[in-house]
Parts: sequence; C-alpha cells; structure tokens
Amino acid sequence: MKFRTRAIHVGNECDPATGAVVPPLHLASTFVQAKAGVPQAYDYARSGNPTRSNFETTLANLEGGTHSLAFATGMAATTCVTMMLSSGDHIVAGRDIYGGTYRLLHNVMNRLGIGVTLVRTDGDLSEVLAAITPRTKLLWIETPGNPLMSITDIQACAAIARQHKLLLAVDNTFATPVLTRPLELGADIVMHSATKYIGGHSDLLGGALVVQDKALYDKLYFVQNATGPVMGPLEAYLCSRGLKTLELRVREQSRVAGQLAHWLSDNPRVARVNYPGRAGHPGHLTAARQMDGAFGAMLSFEIKGDYEAAKRLVESTKLFALAVSLGAVESLIEQPASMSHASYKREDRLAVGISDGLIRVSVGLEAFEDLRDDLDQALVSSLK
Amino acid sequence: MGNMNTNDTANGTARGISTTCVHAGEERQKEASSITDPIFCASTYTFADTASVIEFIEKKLPREEYGRYGNPGEKVVERKLAALDGAEAAVLYSSGMAAVAGLLLAKLNSGDEVIFFDECYHRTREFCSKHMARFGVVTHQVPAGDYDAMEAAINKNTRLLVSESPTNPHLSVVDLERFAGLGRKHNVETLIDATLGTPYNVQPIAAGVDYVLHSATKYLGGHNDLLAGVIVGSEEKLEPVRKLRGITGAVNSPHNFYLLERGLKTFELRMQRHNANGQAVAEFLHEHPRIEKVYYPGLPSHPYYEVARRTMRGFGGLVTFLIKDADWRATADVVDRMRIPRIAPSLGGVESLIEQPLVMSYYEMPVEDRKRFGIPDNMIRLSCGIENTEDLVADLKQALEG
Repeated sequence: MKFRTRAIHVGNECDPATGAVVPPLHLASTFVQAKAGVPQAYDYARSGNPTRSNFETTLANLEGGTHSLAFATGMAATTCVTMMLSSGDHIVAGRDIYGGTYRLLHNVMNRLGIGVTLVRTDGDLSEVLAAITPRTKLLWIETPGNPLMSITDIQACAAIARQHKLLLAVDNTFATPVLTRPLELGADIVMHSATKYIGGHSDLLGGALVVQDKALYDKLYFVQNATGPVMGPLEAYLCSRGLKTLELRVREQSRVAGQLAHWLSDNPRVARVNYPGRAGHPGHLTAARQMDGAFGAMLSFEIKGDYEAAKRLVESTKLFALAVSLGAVESLIEQPASMSHASYKREDRLAVGISDGLIRVSVGLEAFEDLRDDLDQALVSSLK
Repeated sequence: MGNMNTNDTANGTARGISTTCVHAGEERQKEASSITDPIFCASTYTFADTASVIEFIEKKLPREEYGRYGNPGEKVVERKLAALDGAEAAVLYSSGMAAVAGLLLAKLNSGDEVIFFDECYHRTREFCSKHMARFGVVTHQVPAGDYDAMEAAINKNTRLLVSESPTNPHLSVVDLERFAGLGRKHNVETLIDATLGTPYNVQPIAAGVDYVLHSATKYLGGHNDLLAGVIVGSEEKLEPVRKLRGITGAVNSPHNFYLLERGLKTFELRMQRHNANGQAVAEFLHEHPRIEKVYYPGLPSHPYYEVARRTMRGFGGLVTFLIKDADWRATADVVDRMRIPRIAPSLGGVESLIEQPLVMSYYEMPVEDRKRFGIPDNMIRLSCGIENTEDLVADLKQALEG
C-alpha cells in the first residue's frame, strides 16, 4: 500500500470489542494482570500503552522501520539516544543541529564525560572524517539544517558510519518521512520532534525514535523505560490523527513554500533565499536525490536591511505569527538573530552564516496568495 | 479552483479557503499567547461579586455564564463554520439530528407545514412526519427535483422547504438558486442539508438559501472521531434557534469543539482528496463490466450532471453503485472482499467506509418500501476516504474480480 493509505490504516485497527473505526484512547496508568508474574502486553503505562503503541506502529511503518518509541518531547527522544553512550565516548554532530541538541551535548552530556565535536556536514564530508576518533560512537546529523536549510548527504554519512562502526542518527523533523526516509538510506536511528509536522497542528509536544534493528530498539527501550519520558496518551492520539493528513499537509505546504521562495528571490528587497528546492542552493542536487518530490516547507531569506529592519519585519506580519517552532498548519515567522539563535555570540552567529537580516519562515497551510501578500506588505513597511 | 475566495467574517476581507480553514473565527492573540485555542472544560463561569452578576444581567455584557449557554471554544468553531459557508452565524449541536431538530422546534408552531424533497435524509423526514406531527406540524413530501410539485404543495401555512443536496445515497443534486427562488417567491424559508456537499463543494447561502445544515460528524470533523451538527444562516434568523438550544440543552462538548476546529484546519486539503478519489472511483466503476449503474454527480451519465457541474466545485467522496445481475448475497460478497474500506455506517472521514444500504439501513423494511425508497438489493455505498487513489481502485478491482 502507498504511504498515505498506510498512514491511515497501519496501527489503526478497529477496536475488536466494539468495532469502533477509530481505536479508543486509553488513559489508564496501570493494567489489571490475569496472573502474578506472567507478563501481558501492557502492565504499567510508562512501559507501554495501547494508544502510544498504535502511534509508534504507524510511524515505524511510514519511516520504513520496524520499531518506534514515542517520547514526551523531541529533546527527550534525543536524550534517550545519548543516554546509550558511556563516559569516554565521543559524538560527532553537524554544525547546523537544533540549538536544544547543541545545549544537551555541550552543557549536559559533557558533565557525564561524553565528548562532542561539531563539524560541517553539508557539502563534502572531510570535516566529519577528520573528527572521528577511536572513541567516536555516534554521528548525529540534521537535514535540512536550521536555519539555512543546509543539506547533508545521508547515504554518504551512512557509508562513513558503517566504515567506522558508528551509529548514524538523523533528525528527520524538517523533511518528515513523506519526503525523506533515512533508514532506507542507511541510517540507524531516525529522530523526530513530533511537535512539528507529525502532530502538525501546534497543539502537542512529542518526540519519537524509529529503528530497523530489534537489538538497538531493545537498548533504547530500556533507557526510555528506565528514565520514563514517555509521550502522554492524548498526545499519542493527536499524533495518530495528525499522521492521517501528514502527506497531504507536507506536500501542500512544500508546494507553497516553493512558490514563496521563487517570489522572494525576485523581490528587490530580498538579498538571498535559502531553499533547497532552488537550483542555486548548494545542496539542491543532494536534496533532489534524497527528498521525495518536494523540498519541505521551511525556508529562510536575508533582507536588504539591518537587525532592526528584520525585527520590524517579523513584527509587522498579519498572517504569519511571530513564534518559534514550526511545521504546523499556521504559518510562523521569526528572526533567528533575536529568537531561535539569540544564545549565540554575534561573531559565532555571523561565522556560521546567520546574519542580522535573516528571516526564517515555517510555511503553513494558508493560500499562497495570502502569505505572499502578507510578506509583501511586511517587506514594504519594514524596509522604507 | 483551490483558491476561490470565501468571506472571512472575522476580519471582513476575502481570503483563500485554506487560509479561512486555518484562521477564520480565531482571535489572533489568544489567552496566554497560545497559538491554538485552549479547551475550556468548565461547566460554569465565575463572577467576582454580586455587582458583576447584576452588571452582566442588566447590561447584557458579552461574557460566558454557564456551559449550556455558551463556551469560548464553541464560539470559535461556530465563527469558523459560518465563515466557510459565507454566512453570518452558526449554531453548533451535539449531532446533525440535534441540529435539525433544534431548528424545526425553534421555527415551527402548531398548524405550520413543511415540504420535503423525498430524498432528504430519512431520519430528518421521520422526525418531522412522526414527531413534529404530535405538535400539529404537517409534513408533505414531493419527489426530489420536482420543483413544480413543491410549488403546488405550498399554501398559506407553509413555513419551510427542505432538501438535502446532494442526496444520500442517490446523489441527486438540487438547483439551489431555483430552490431558494421558490421560497422567496412564496415568502417561505428554505433549508438545505449540505452534509454531503460540504461548504467546499456547495455554497447554499450564496445561492439564497436561508439555512444550511451539516452533520459535522462527516467531512467537517473529517476523522470519524466526533459527533456534531451545525445550522448556519443569518444572525437575526438564528438568534431564536440559539436561545432554544440553551433551553433544550443539545450542546456539544468542549473536547469536540476543539477536535472539530482542528479537523477544519485541513478541510480544503481533505476535500480535494475526497473529490479526486470519488471521481476516480466513479469513473473506474462506470467502465467495469460487473457494474450495472453508478450514482455520482461527476459522471456525464448522472441525471444531475449538468446541475452539478454548474453549481458544485467538486462532487465529493460518496459513490453509490449497483452490481450487475447480483442478488443481495453476491453483493455482500463484494463488500466483504474489500480490504481497505471498513464496513460501517457514516461517511466523510479520512478512512474509507463501505456499506450495503439494504443490510445496513433497510434490513427490516418490507421489500415494497425498499423499492419505493429506491434501495435495490444490489446497491453498495462507498465513502471514499483520503487514501491513495490507486489503492482504492486496486482494492475495488480485486473485490469485483476475485
């Protein structure tokens, strides 16, 4: 069956007791046992819950994996992966990873004796190869990268990981399984902030991991069950509901993002557009190879103006809401310099290409003409 | 046609349908700066002191009082539904039947008369002819599409003309302007049940119809996980309807307000897929040697094709068809061989559903009555969900040829 059909049916079997076409939402914290000491499918909700299992089953299928684990947040999912490592181990991670991942690796895992090296992963992978040591256990990448939409070649990373016996983990939040399925390209672990496209409606926090290997799943499950940051049943239900329209949403949002990128690139007030679907984007060819028919609904652009002008722009949109986060039906806008990347020192920020005039946009489900008109009036009013 | 503008009554500007789906009816800046509306579970709302109670009563301040009279989440979703239909107002109910019963009870008095096109949802006609009859309301039924018969049935006591469009399961399509014109000419109000049509495919208010009814359980909610009904129309006409709802209490629940609002965000996307699947499935069936007849307004062979093409944006996900030379058992075999659609009543959700009307809805009805309703033994009704078209067509192919 095709992706969208599976998104609706796999993991959503009718309730055998009542025939309910949508499985019931199980809120129970504990499950009555028939016999002492004889394990059943469910015993205590931290260890497993039928509603959470349904979501995990669907997501694993869509990612081309065999097992999935749902977490309270994307950061809880990422933390679970790093908690498999031991003191003295080393992580190589992409330079454009999410700021929360950066903070976890540098301010938490470092206290546990885990080393980390950040390298460029877009373009050629020489920095990755140079950073690998005998202690390196994990290669962590994110593609498209945030906020410049840098593209990392997953297959090439997988070859390096295999050669050096590393685990390759891919944060697939931006691309979603609709466009990219890293496990099929050789990755070991796929990580999602389900808060974004999977939930899709800005109304839940969630995270997930997907793998193809039962032994790796068992290790991750052990950490999840031992540390307990599981996804709540209501969130799992809403995630399952969100998956049913995931392909429709991602393809339509990507289509409009492409139209906006094209329109922005012709706009005299815009200096540069970062969108992997544009032929001039440095990662375009790789993106065209590893993204299935579309380039995602995230884009960023630099205006011909300073920090204050960019600030005025993001504050003057009427349809785009000024907020961090992304991936929902509502379009969002932000200025990385003052919001998502404000914790960077200005020189460091500029060195990685995040200028004062950079604007990041998460394209929602609104009509292209409405979003274009809103950006147009904001550009005109902020760049007089 | 994806970007025909609808009137966003929240800010008075014309916007695309999907923009209306995502934003209409909502405050831009919400409580706690939240991007989504909170769910207010409260059954009642507090007053700071006696003076503020008196101020509320005397000055009719717009605020919440008690859950049966209103809920903040209810107001948001009502505004969104009204915007999608290009109407001023909407009144939400716990189900589609609660909505139509609420309207009939609010608008009709003893001695009043109602005229139905006879393909209108049978439970609606049953409610009027059996239950409103006890209050002295007279129900007339005329053949669907026979505007002359409807006009001939109008007299000085007639208060309401009612039809569904498209109808279920025959998918007959009402010429909405003609229907509304009949009402205007004789000063009688008109009601269209547009559950199958949805605001995406039909716009009865723009055609001059007074009230539109939707079972929001279907395409509007869209995920087979809530029950809801709504009446849309003008603020003035709906004010007594809303007041009566506060008395009879057929309100929906806070969680459903939210799920419905959430479902509406992807309404245009879903409808585009439902329409595409319905059309493709109807065309496939039309060409298949085992099929005697297909009811689908998007097929040129359909008697209402011209009206539908003129008045509808798309033709929906519901396809009804007859299996050639099949008795009820051979027809049931086709239903049972389907692997993707589940056997269930209802329609309009992301999951495809299938049923044999004889078995699902008319099993205990005498054969003469079934004939009169136009429900042959070899009829199947398929509600196409939003699965991939190729999967649905392949599934039908194996079920028909297996």
